[in-house]
Amino acid sequence: MNQTVEQVNQVIQQRYKAGFYTDIESDRVRAGLDEEIIAMISAKKEEPTWMLEWRLKAFHHWQTMREPNWAHLKVPAIDLQKIHYYAAPKQKNRPKSLDEVDPKLLETFDKLGVPLHERARLAGVAVDAVFDSVSVGTTFQKELKEAGVIFCSFSEAVKDHPELVREYLGSVVPYSDNYFAALNSAVFSDGSFVYIPANTRCPMELSTYFRINARDTGQFERTLIIAEPGAEVSYLEGCTAPMRDENQLHAAVVELVARKKAKIKYSTVQNWYPGDENGKGGIYNFVTKRGDCREDDARISWTQVETGSAITWKYPSCILRGDRSAGEFYSVALTHNHQQADTGTKMIHLGKDTTSKIISKGISAGKSNNSYRGLVRIAKRAANARNYTQCDSLLIGKTCGAHTFPYIESANPTAKVEHEATTSRIGEDQLFYCRTRGLDEEDAVAMIVDGFCKEVFKELPMEFAVEAKALLEISLEGAVG
Amino acid sequence: MLNIKNLHVAVNGKEILKGLDLDVGPGELHALMGPNGSGKSTLGYALAGRDGYEITDGSVAFEGQDLAELEPEERAAAGLFLAFQYPVEIPGVNNAYFLRAALNAQRKARGEEEVDSMTFLKTVRESIKTLKMDEALLKRAVNEGFSGGEKKRNEIVQMAVLQPKLAVLDETDSGLDIDALKLVAEGINGLRDGKRSFIVITHYQRLLDYLTPDRVHVLSDGRIVESGGQELSHRLEAEGYAFLEESAA
Repeated sequence: MNQTVEQVNQVIQQRYKAGFYTDIESDRVRAGLDEEIIAMISAKKEEPTWMLEWRLKAFHHWQTMREPNWAHLKVPAIDLQKIHYYAAPKQKNRPKSLDEVDPKLLETFDKLGVPLHERARLAGVAVDAVFDSVSVGTTFQKELKEAGVIFCSFSEAVKDHPELVREYLGSVVPYSDNYFAALNSAVFSDGSFVYIPANTRCPMELSTYFRINARDTGQFERTLIIAEPGAEVSYLEGCTAPMRDENQLHAAVVELVARKKAKIKYSTVQNWYPGDENGKGGIYNFVTKRGDCREDDARISWTQVETGSAITWKYPSCILRGDRSAGEFYSVALTHNHQQADTGTKMIHLGKDTTSKIISKGISAGKSNNSYRGLVRIAKRAANARNYTQCDSLLIGKTCGAHTFPYIESANPTAKVEHEATTSRIGEDQLFYCRTRGLDEEDAVAMIVDGFCKEVFKELPMEFAVEAKALLEISLEGAVG
Repeated sequence: MLNIKNLHVAVNGKEILKGLDLDVGPGELHALMGPNGSGKSTLGYALAGRDGYEITDGSVAFEGQDLAELEPEERAAAGLFLAFQYPVEIPGVNNAYFLRAALNAQRKARGEEEVDSMTFLKTVRESIKTLKMDEALLKRAVNEGFSGGEKKRNEIVQMAVLQPKLAVLDETDSGLDIDALKLVAEGINGLRDGKRSFIVITHYQRLLDYLTPDRVHVLSDGRIVESGGQELSHRLEAEGYAFLEESAA
């Protein structure tokens, strides 16, 4: 009997390898959401008054708002008063360097394949590791500093670079933007801050790894990336959480600012716990991500591989303000079991000769529902704007759903907008063909899905592409049959 | 090699093969002809193990092993190959990668060592050359955007690389121009080594002119109604299938 339980556990572990929990003492504020809690978070972070004031403004605005209900999602009522808005691993003093960080935390990130130690670090990738509400540490600080790049936790940025934070915070996603962005603005705890000075190409990939650990906690992080004129940066984001029966809320905000001729490439591999095969547990992922091509010839590219979360509500967008600026969105969203995803993008063309490209690949298996929702808006002054959208859905099995909701609004007659959409089922003939050549069913499905996602995977940095591919294979285990 | 006895196969509850007998020995090439709907492709699918092709009676033994007990991939590893009448497209999956994965999956199942990419590429390049195909096809997705003729030739390339013991070729000649037909025939003949066996399903004498089959069978309404040497295919070419009805009557 014990052996059977162990075997079952092993299988589950395999499916969601990041599902473990780190037993570490946590410093947590009481559950609930009110002005006092916000003041407590701000105090814990030793924030300046202007920061607290901004949080409170956001909170007051949020109180006037309602949860959005336009998405193709069934969202159970979330009791926001039951959530702890701040949880941090207990540390006596703020560690000055990674050597002083609690070994338990380092071990956690080791296990997740994100070693922070000097000796084991990922070559060429600087990592900021966020555990519950705080950043644990950031690698390669010295090397980045030499290049003039600032890469640190959001809290540090508020302390050390207040002028930059004040200028740019909320300038892409104002706190009034939407319900979840307002909530995040009021209670955000940490996140990453990136600043690339003018005419600088960031010497390495930057990466943030988000980990939710504590129970009944929400994670509300903020990321702000600023690329000065002529700057270039590639940023990666990874996320996991322990397996729990309760749902947990994750409501992040990401703001990107690309100035003249700057390039930002933002890649995400999202693997939050998706819940079990009966739909119990899992992360509710409500995220606002937006990039602003603020000046001419700027370029922002979003690439996302979404396999996790019980519910995903996420539309990484580009505001193409500068003339000839370009936005791209490459997405693979996979849903299995009872997962629900409503994800897509918004491309807002404001400048002349702006271009955008959207490649979305939705894969649904089990009893899941997968929706693409995309807006392409061409403003009156956006002469010669171009958009190309390709939106493909792949169904595995007969109990899942795929939906496409494209919105196209063009106010300029010179605009060219193309939209292509396909929906296909993994064909019995494709599977049979692969099997007659010697591949077993699972390998065949993995291969067909990988082929389906190729256009998106090739946009990911090498290490992430390999990880993304492996992740899809694991997520699809048991999808056929 | 292959012994089929009184084979009955039903698809969606409808019986298509109604007592088919066929023995193919090592090194033999058998041609299977017959009117549309007589059950030729059904035999190919049933041998390869397609879902929904239910063996309701009779038996199929491949080297003494009961095929019905094996999954399609196990049949492949055991040395059975089916060249599809309509090869399937797999978008985004690199042709060479697919073939190498298939070869190694089979080798692994047989307890053999995997083939490294250098050796693999050498083999596959030779086959491509024999069939006068463009090497660029290796870098394209499996059958995606291939012309009809390229798809058929690609099946022969796969066969050459996978080196099966028995290959069932389902109308590999249909849709080919005369030059491509010759190349496909050369590809098949190049693999005839006295041990490897073939079942060639075709409507036309053309291909058989190049292949010289050991036996020619005529399938009609789910049974083999006539067997003979190459002269039989000549007669079919000249007279059509009409004489079958006479002999049946």
